[in-house]
Amino acid sequence: MPQIVKDTLENSPMILFLAALVIAPFVIPNQYIVQIMVFIGIYVILAQSLNLLNGYIGLIAIGHAGFYGIGAYTSAKLTVDAGLPFELAFLCAGLVAGAFGWALGRPTLRLEGIYLALATLGFNLIVWLVLLNWNSFTGGPLGIKGIPRPTILGWEVDTRTEYYFFILAVVVTVVFTMARLVNSRFGRALVAIREDQLAAAAMGVDVTRYKVQAFVISAFYAGIAGACYAHFVRYISPDSFTMLESFILLAILALGGSGNMIGPIVGAAILIAIPELFRAVAEYRMLLYGLVLIIIMQVRPQGLFGGHHYNLHLRLFDRGPRRTYRGDAFLPSEAEQ
Amino acid sequence: MFEQLINGLTQGSIYALLALGFTIIFGVLRMVTFAHGEVFMVGAYSGFVVFTHLQDSLVLAIVAAVVTTFLLGALMEIVAFRRLRDAPHFSSLLVTIGFSVVLTQLALLIFGAEVEAIPMRQIEGLAFSEIRIGEVYVSYLQLSVLGVAILIMAATFLFFKYSRLGTAIRATAQDHEAAMAMGVDVNRIFTVTFAFGSMMGGIAGVLIGFYYNLFYPTMGVMLGLKAFSAAVIGGLASMPGAIVAGLMIGVVEVFSVDFVNSSFRHLIAFVFMFAILLIRPQGLFGSGQLRGARGD
Repeated sequence: MPQIVKDTLENSPMILFLAALVIAPFVIPNQYIVQIMVFIGIYVILAQSLNLLNGYIGLIAIGHAGFYGIGAYTSAKLTVDAGLPFELAFLCAGLVAGAFGWALGRPTLRLEGIYLALATLGFNLIVWLVLLNWNSFTGGPLGIKGIPRPTILGWEVDTRTEYYFFILAVVVTVVFTMARLVNSRFGRALVAIREDQLAAAAMGVDVTRYKVQAFVISAFYAGIAGACYAHFVRYISPDSFTMLESFILLAILALGGSGNMIGPIVGAAILIAIPELFRAVAEYRMLLYGLVLIIIMQVRPQGLFGGHHYNLHLRLFDRGPRRTYRGDAFLPSEAEQ
Repeated sequence: MFEQLINGLTQGSIYALLALGFTIIFGVLRMVTFAHGEVFMVGAYSGFVVFTHLQDSLVLAIVAAVVTTFLLGALMEIVAFRRLRDAPHFSSLLVTIGFSVVLTQLALLIFGAEVEAIPMRQIEGLAFSEIRIGEVYVSYLQLSVLGVAILIMAATFLFFKYSRLGTAIRATAQDHEAAMAMGVDVNRIFTVTFAFGSMMGGIAGVLIGFYYNLFYPTMGVMLGLKAFSAAVIGGLASMPGAIVAGLMIGVVEVFSVDFVNSSFRHLIAFVFMFAILLIRPQGLFGSGQLRGARGD
């Protein structure tokens, strides 16, 4: 059997799931459901982005909404004020957030555990306060209105359903690149650093470089998510990028589980859908997130899908040796044994 | 000028009290609590409820805050720390974040999002009677905030230095296994410490609530974070550091209004914290031990 067929078969559950997502808006032509799915998509991107830091390299970042907000504002400013085409603004959102990730990561990654957490939280606060108070540039508390709908290479993304497909494409790209990334040499280095930084350094892993790179990549994806959000709701204000937003992401990772690809997706789907689907819960949305954080840590600290057993082994287009990180050791996959 | 300084010190003493609570908890349990600002809010509301519904006495309000936040602190220690002793540090952190969210939301449910205030006729005796010191007038309320804050700080130092329980807490902070071997009930010490730190937050809550006469569910967020910055600036485990940094932030904020847009003054504490984290992560007075409590 040719390799590509084998790969396809191996990934068949995922491909079926993807197919279901593609036909979903036609089967359930409910605009409201589609909108919820768009939000879930945005949070999947954010959760995957945070997962790279909290789950894979083991850096505690609790201010991720800072990057999210920078991405949203960058894309909004560039399209509304500078009149840049969406594709360019979208990319810039990621790049600018990534640059901030570098600027924050370079100096702070010397800090250990709790101090790094504090620095990221401080960063989130500073971003929020600047967005709120720099009236002439960010519009202050009123935010930015009239953000255009995206036009991608001539395709005008007008309806919610169309936006859903756009988000789906972004999410698939993000998950795919992320899965390839964490199963690569780079990803294994991150896990090695998480498990034992000193041992990793002794084995020749350039710890600082990998940390900074992970930070920049994570910030890039968060910025992309920001752009996705800004062009969907078409109005942004600083209130969407507070610490509470960062805490929602932490709740998503806590519930779904981190350090693998499935957990953040499950966590985002559950926590974003529940308050929307059950109107009674909507009012107590934040209460739900807070309780999830407290309770899940008592009953299942690793989250629903915690640990390494729930990885996506994306083999499509993968020419490298088939090794995956499983449990405590790097083992060759079944195909190789 | 002098009045401004008094304003700054009053505000700063609140930051210092809150930061001291952080410091005590971190020094002993080696964990950072994110719910401190919300404990502060709970303290403020319990004082408010007692003052408006029971009897208008500031002392009684403070007692109410002490009792509620002490119990709340004990509960949080058991849920966030004792049950998670073997889990990664991050788990405890997440649980305290959870508590902070839940407490704010509960306050929203019970009291609503509007700002509440004590009726004028009840508080005017406290807020508008002034005494003259030299050329300046200081309100009774301002004096009681400063007075109570200084009293609590002094009492804390004496408690840690001379009392049996204080000694046991210090021993636990230095090495909890050795303390256990010496017959200290370490579990009890952890709970008491957390409760004690929370209680200081609660007292700060009552004081600031009465000082500004504003009570709202998110009142602890900004203050908690600033106090938190003060604790980091002072060195997370240094008690004198927390007090100095708290007072400093309060004074700098009040005087900064002359130089920067007043809405940017909230940034000062965080920018300070950032700078400290980069230049001297152990903080101005930091050494890792509960300094000052040892009596050196």
